This record gives sequence, C-alpha cells and structure tokens, in this order.
Amino acid sequence: MSKVQNAVVGSVRTVLGWVPSQWLPGGTPDPLIARRAAVGRQASRLDGPLKVAGKARFAAEVAVERLTYATLVHSPVARGRITHLDTSAAESAPGVNLVLTYRNMPRIESPALISLSDFSAVGNSALPILQDAEIRYNGQVVALVVAETQEQADHAASLLVIGYAPTKPTTRFQDAQAEARTPESLLVERNHVSVGRAERELARAAHRVDNHYRTPWQNHSAIELHALTVIWDGEDSLTVHDATQMIAPSAVVLAKLFGLKKDQVRVLSPFVGGGFGGKGLWDHQIVAIAAARLLGRPLRLMLTREGVYRIIGGRSPTEQRVAIGADGDGRFTALIHSGHSVMPTYGACPEPFTLGSRALYRAGSFEMLQHHVDLDVVPNTFMRAPGEAIGSFALESAVDELAHEMGIDPIDLRLRNEPERHPISGAPFSQHARRQAFTDGAKRFGWERRQREPGARREGEWRLGLGCATGSFPYARMPGASARITLRRDGAAVVACSAQEMGMGTATVQTQHAADRLGLPVSAVVFKLGDSALPAAPMAGGSSQTASVAGAIIAAAAKLTGELVRLAGNDSPIAGLRAGEVHLVDGGVGAIGDAARHEEYRSILARAGREEITVTATGSPPLEMLKYAMHSTSAIFCELRVSDATGEIRVDRLLGSFDCGTILNPQTAASQFKGGMIMGLGLALTEETLFDERSGRIMNPSLADYHIPVHLDVPEIEVMWTGIPDPRSPLGARGIGEIGITGVAAAVANAVFNATGRRVRELPITLDKLL
Amino acid sequence: MNPVTYQRASSLAEAVRLAESSQLLGGGTNLVDLMRKGVERPSQLTDVTALSAAIAATDDGRLVIGAAARNSAVAAHPLVRSRHPMLSRAILAGASAQVRNMATVGGNLMQRTRCLYFADVAGSRCNKRQPGSGCDAAGGFERYHAIIGASPACSATHPSDMCVALAALDADVRIVGPAGKRTVALVDFHRLPEDRPDQETALKQGEVIEAIEIPDAPFAARSDYRKVRDRASYAFALVSVASGLTLREGRIDEIRIAFGGIAPKPWRAYRAEAALRGVVPTAEAFKAAADLELAEATPLAGNAFKIALAKRTLAAVLTDLSGDDR
Repeated sequence: MSKVQNAVVGSVRTVLGWVPSQWLPGGTPDPLIARRAAVGRQASRLDGPLKVAGKARFAAEVAVERLTYATLVHSPVARGRITHLDTSAAESAPGVNLVLTYRNMPRIESPALISLSDFSAVGNSALPILQDAEIRYNGQVVALVVAETQEQADHAASLLVIGYAPTKPTTRFQDAQAEARTPESLLVERNHVSVGRAERELARAAHRVDNHYRTPWQNHSAIELHALTVIWDGEDSLTVHDATQMIAPSAVVLAKLFGLKKDQVRVLSPFVGGGFGGKGLWDHQIVAIAAARLLGRPLRLMLTREGVYRIIGGRSPTEQRVAIGADGDGRFTALIHSGHSVMPTYGACPEPFTLGSRALYRAGSFEMLQHHVDLDVVPNTFMRAPGEAIGSFALESAVDELAHEMGIDPIDLRLRNEPERHPISGAPFSQHARRQAFTDGAKRFGWERRQREPGARREGEWRLGLGCATGSFPYARMPGASARITLRRDGAAVVACSAQEMGMGTATVQTQHAADRLGLPVSAVVFKLGDSALPAAPMAGGSSQTASVAGAIIAAAAKLTGELVRLAGNDSPIAGLRAGEVHLVDGGVGAIGDAARHEEYRSILARAGREEITVTATGSPPLEMLKYAMHSTSAIFCELRVSDATGEIRVDRLLGSFDCGTILNPQTAASQFKGGMIMGLGLALTEETLFDERSGRIMNPSLADYHIPVHLDVPEIEVMWTGIPDPRSPLGARGIGEIGITGVAAAVANAVFNATGRRVRELPITLDKLL
Repeated sequence: MNPVTYQRASSLAEAVRLAESSQLLGGGTNLVDLMRKGVERPSQLTDVTALSAAIAATDDGRLVIGAAARNSAVAAHPLVRSRHPMLSRAILAGASAQVRNMATVGGNLMQRTRCLYFADVAGSRCNKRQPGSGCDAAGGFERYHAIIGASPACSATHPSDMCVALAALDADVRIVGPAGKRTVALVDFHRLPEDRPDQETALKQGEVIEAIEIPDAPFAARSDYRKVRDRASYAFALVSVASGLTLREGRIDEIRIAFGGIAPKPWRAYRAEAALRGVVPTAEAFKAAADLELAEATPLAGNAFKIALAKRTLAAVLTDLSGDDR
C-alpha cells in the first residue's frame, strides 16, 4: 500500500462505526459503472475555448485596481547570517512602496508540514519565513520589494545591499550519507519492510542481480510560474488568487497564520498552469500576503523562473540498491530495495522510492529500507509520482537485467512473478489486469520485433533497441471531500466544490459524471470549482482528486434523492418508494427496475412550489481502501535508436498500456497519460538540476539550461487501456495522473541496453554515458 | 534591470558616432537576457537593426551579408542554401525559430558565453565578468566548457553555431569605426581568453560590424554542419563540426573543418585540414587527423568525453561528405 492509502486507511479506521454502507468492502459497485452515458465519452475540455482565446484568467492575470508588484530577493549563500542590510537605496528608488526584510516582517509562524494524517496541513518547510537573520539554504528569501510597477520593483531589488557572514553548509550528498537518518516511517507508511530472510535468499538464489542506481535532483517546471494576487479588504478579509493545487487547505492554513476566521479568507484558483506537486504553500505566498497587509494595497507576486528553482522544492536525488534473487524458473525468491534520498529535517516529503516495489511482484522474501540524507537545501517536495517515478527506474532496470542474465523475455519474467494478492499485505486486488495490459500493449507495439541479443539491429550509424517496464501507482480517495448540488426547476443543475483544475480536465470530467449521476444531459450541468468558498475538496495530489470529488458528488446525489422522494409525496408516480428503491434518471426520479414509475424533477419541484433544491454532502470515508489493494498499473514500451558515432539517443516510439479502471474521458485521459510519459522521457534522458555541491546553489535555474524534452525529443506516443472498471471505486475509476510517468525511465534505459548492450544505471541517460 | 536609454541608429555613420558611448543592440536575444540577469549593465543602447540587412553576391562571387540580417533570413536565402549549405544548417541548428527571427548576424558574432557561472551574478565569481575575481566554474559544472584553447582564467566556450560555419567558410568581418573601415578574418575576430577573458573579440569600442563576406568556393557547396547536444533541439553544442570538401581522383583536394563547443572561439582545425589534404578519405585518415588536431586538448573533470565525441563526430561528418552519394 502507498503512503496516501495507508494514511487514509489510518484516518478512517476510527470512524468505521458510523459510516454508510455504500463503499464498505463487499458493498454494491457504483451503479453508474453499468449505466453511464456521458462518462466514458470522448469530450473536449469545457475550458478549452477560454484558454485558446486567452480568456482564462490565471492567478497573475486577475485585474485589480491600485495593484502593486513585488519581487523576491534570494540568498546567494547556503548557511550563515545576514550581517549587513542597507535598504535605503532600494526604498528611495522610484515607485517603491515597501522593502520587506526580517526586520519589518510581522512575526508569523510557519505553516504546519504536509501530513497525511492532517489533511489541512500543507506546509512544505518548517523553516521560519523571513523571521530572522539566519540563512539556511542557498536561494532562501531574504527580502521582498514592492513597487508601483514590476520594473520598478525589479530595479529596486538590485539596489539592496546585503552582507552575509557565511558558515560551512552541508551540501554534499556523499558526505552526508554517513550521517543519514533511518526514519520509522515514510509519511505514515512504515519504512522497514522485512518478509523472510531476503539477504540469505539472495545469496543462495540460482540467479541474481544486485546493483546500485542513481537519480538526480530535479526541479518543477510547470509552464505557469508560481504567482498570487493578494487583496486585503480591511484587516480581516483576505482574498488570494493563487496558483495552487490545494485551495481549501490553503485557506484554512492562511486563516490560522494571519489570525483570521476561516470564512474571512478566500482562495481562488480556477485555472492552474500545471501543478505536478509543486504548487503548494511555500514562502512566497506568506511573504506576499504579509506585505499586502502592511501596505494596505493589493499586491501581485509572480516568481521568476529562477525564483521557482530557488524556493520551490523539486525531486530529491537518490542512490538506490535493488537486488533480486530468482530460482531456475525465474520466480523471485528475494526482492531487496533500499537506499538514500535527501530529506532535510525541516522538510515534509520523504521521496518514498521503495513503495512501488512493494506492490509489483510476488517474491519469497522482501527487504526494504530507506535512509534520509540531511542537507542544507530548499526542502524537496512531491513531484509527479514521488517515489514511484524513480523507484521504478531502479526496480524495472533490475528486472530487465535479470531477464537478460537468465535469457528470458522480460515480459515473460514479469508475468511469471505477477502477484495474485498484494505481495506484502496479502490484501486482494480490487481489480488487477496488468497481464492483459502487457499482452495487449506488446501486441500493439510489435514487441516480437525485439531482438533478444543487444546491438543486433542497425540502421546506418544507428543501433535500434526495444525496451519495456511496468509501473504501479496506488488508488486513493481522500476523506472529507464535499460537494453541493443545486437542482433547479428548469431541470438544470449546478454542482460545486473547491476542486482544482490544473489542466487535466477535472471540470470536464466531473460535469460528465454529474450529468450521469443526476440523469441529465451534459448541457444541463454546470460544475463549479476553484474557490474555497465552495464546499471543500481535498488538495489535488496522489492521483486522488477524481475519485475524491466523485465520492462527494455521489454522497450529495444520494442526499438529493432523499429530498426529492420526500418532496414528491403521495401524488407522484414514485409515491411509496424509498430512497434506496429509486435512482436519478431521464431528468427525474425513477423506480429501479420499473421505467413506468418516473417523475421529472421539474414536475416534483413545481408541485412542491420550489424553484430549486440545494444539498451539500461529504463523501463517505474511503473504506474500499481498507480491504482491497487498489492500484493503477501500466506496461510501458519504448523503441529508440542510439548513434554509434555520438551516443545521441532518439526515441522513435513510446506506448503506454494502462489498467486504471474506467477511463472517464478518453480525450482528457490520453492527454494526461501522454503528458506523464513525456515527463518520463525528461526523467530518462534530459532533466537534471545542476546543484553545485560546493555552494549548495542551483546553477541552471532556467528552461534554457534545465533540459526538459522539446518537441523534437518527443516521438509518436500511443496510449491504450484495458478499461475494466474497478468494482470498488466511484465510477469504477482509479487515478491516472501519476501512472503515466511511472516506468518510463526504465523502459527507456532497457531499450538503450537492447540497442547497445550498455546498461546505464544513472539518470539522466546522457550521450557521454554511451560513448 | 537597470534604467537604460534607447536610441536607434538610422545610418552606419550614426551608429559609429553613437557606438563610442553606448552598447549596440541587435535582436536582443542575448544582450537583453544578460541585462535581465545583471551581467550586462549598459546605460545607453543603440539599436542597429535598421542598418543593412541585405544578402547579395558581389561580381567576384563573394556573398555579402549585412550585419542586421536576421538569422532566419540568412538560413533561408537561396544563395546560402546552394553555395554554403553548412551555414544554413548551422543557423538552423541554433536556438529556436522565434529567436532566429529576432537574432541578427552581427549580434550572433557578438554573443557571449553561456557559462552558468558567468550568468550567475549574485552567486558566482567570474573572470569574464570581473577580471581577476576568480572562476567558480573551475571544479564546478564544466560539461559545456572548453577542452582546447582555454586558460586558467576562463574555459568558457563560444556558443554560436553560425560562427563555426563562418570559420570554416573563410569568412571575413567588415568593420567600420571612427578611423575608417577594416576587415578582420572571422577566425581572428574572436580571441582566446588568456589572462583577459573579458576581452572576447577584435571589435573595439566605437566600432560597428557592417557585414560579413564569404568567398565562393567549391568545398562550401559540398558541406555540412552537425551539432551534438543534450537534447534534439534548443540546447548548446557539446560538440559541433562544420566541414566542406572537394575530391579529386579519389583524394581529398580542398577541405575546411571547424569545431564548435570545444573552445572559447570557433575552432578552425588547421592541423586536421593539412593532414587530410591530398589523402584518400578513409576512417583511419579521419581518425589520424582528429587525433592530431586534438593532441593538445586538456579536458576538465566534467568534459573529458568531448575529446572522443569531437573525434567521432568529425569522422562521421567526413565519412558522409566524402561518400559516393554526395
């Protein structure tokens, strides 16, 4: 089970006593799995036209009168103290309103760290925010300059004179490894897994591989820069237009930090230009909100690209060991996955790279353990499939190495070790068809063209190779998601919650869902999101939002059904039926199994003299996660070429075959899968934060120097899916946001090996590693 | 960014007059970036994009390209494509379409290194920015740095693709200054860092690049540019090779070779050219020539692979150029 799953399970165990029965293990599958109209249909994004026309207003584009503009100043040293601070030149520069430093920053706490047992805790760092003269990492915010224009603020920022007394930082991974901590848990998942005696089994295995793998620092590179527009209305009303993937939790935390009541803070974020785990609550929001309050004017802060690299954490580097022992038939007798990643003591994300390995294969014994290296850095955070994306690189490279060693086809080897139940917990899978995903994918991809012997296929100076890998990403449904349904007499419905739309199609898919849930055409449904004033949705993370919001809409629809039955009264065709005996269908309430007994909403509301009905409900606790192992899985295939002359890699084809339950909208799903796979290509081939271990400074804080794949790097990508509904989840769906990236790096590395016979165990696979 | 005054020169004479007290601005694709980063802090800018952008052949067959010509216009010009294909390919291998539409030929010659430490005003020392202050690139990330022609003071590479082709094409740079006109060979236009890495070109304060001139030559028509980098587009060269050659009776007759990405300036490979003139084109001959050219290469901790990469890329380009299907 994953960290998210385990956290959720932990928090719901306590409330088992009073939950409704719908999602209890063994309960009835969601009826919409069988009876759906809009769900599963190809549909363009509802917000597409707005975005194409430039009319979707992002956080840094909200028009406000009397707006001021802000610029951050960052520390160029990693540890030490500010010994000299002269703000006079900056303060007297044209247009400057405020220079905020630790001297005049209001005393304020740091937000509580993200925790999966407290869903309203969203902080990424426990460090003080502009509270003292201490410098704790290179890039730390040391000042905020506010002026009438952005240019004036930028210029004034360059006039600040700050002197530092540096002290020696801890910034070398290898040096700090000796002092690494071994935590009890990775978030709430226990860290140490030991089943059987894996080292002993490995030593006496007929076949074994045992290698180390390294993955680099990576940074978030969402196209929309982190930004917010802050508006204080007096001292006790705060509106923040933020680029965030945690709207409701941010509002709760900001209220606490700034001494306000919950309903005095409103966070709006209707559109986010990519989140990937990086658009959380960081120092810039706190500093900007404090400055706007001091100034008594609206304020906008948009980070520079460099600023994003300096103060928004990315993916931790890792050094991992994976060892697999197998018997003569290729059955795993031992699976060992351990290693080191960075996690400062003040950070929140443990980069759990061993978690994915707990769900993928059956094995006679397991040994898994992670260690945390403490460095003076901006705390690393969640970055698309944290843990799984890079853990699967190590594990799935190792499986490929074992297959080669044994002379077995790598797909065959994987299928020989396909688990029947969760390999560690023993829980049954709710639905699990990875075998089919592999078989279908291999057929479509033309896997049979792969030559077993590396380096056997050539075209001119290019060597061609095929590789594959698998991924697993856990299902999660967050507790506490709420939704409101307003049903009007004219037969239209508005469904609302504070969900986040980061470009993946949430608004579109939940509109489709709500239409089916309410028995209405899509055109009669409006789904509102992106506003903390709406019923609270959890943050978008852990590939959980779709199921979480769906669960809330289900609860609200159930409540609405009860209301409608009550309102219908005795003069209705459905008179005498109880809520459990009807469903919402064809624009009204109908008896289950008797199409003749049906009454339209407009008729029920008209007779009751009501213009509309509004209900709000919270989704049931996600008990399905208690009994079942629920995972999205994938089979990723890659075909590429490697130049004999230069070592350059060109990926020719990429195919992802997914088993993720019901696919709610093929168009938005395909885009999300492909986006994840492209990010996987970057992980495999190009992305690397150049972190100078001497200074603790990121040296490539720009998209010119931090290489994400460009169009020319991205080949034809095919995606396909089993589409088999999960009987234990809302709509039969599991998350798809992070499974796309998982496994891609290993598929690429394995294809490189097939092309060249060179095994690269360190990402990114740059050409010098193949010369 | 610092406050700056902007003026536009409408004639070469006006540009020369203004150049004495200002910095020249072409497409701004490098200078404006550096101004945003605080690396360059001009107080006065003179926009020279209104000067000649003409691309035309002279009676003696030389191609003259006005300094204000946009990179994309040069790359697309029929004369360039037919007579000097390596130049067209070199330009198209650089930057992005949007940047090439803005960037000028003169500005391309004057662009500065992309060394990460050079660009990091707040956090890194750099002898190029501030002579004598030290070099934080040394011992840091040196993947993109030079393996030949560098000095202890600076090992940054010249980032241009276009200039590598121009070096191989025997191009000249026409310069106008207060004292009149002069011409400098492109291979002499950029200088090696020695102990003054801040002095990058032969252009003096007050001088303006008027045009570049490229002689017509048979080797230029049979030429190519190959750029090897960390992603398929929009990255600076780890190694690039510009080369053109002619064959006579199965032997190499004329040949030009220049490397990019390995030196502080476009690196004309005279030794390799000499070794290959009159030789039957074989893999062994290419390797021997590359070995000779790079015999004095002194790699840094992070870029030793460039020696092999340069040799292999050169061999691949020459194999292709000397092949029968050319």
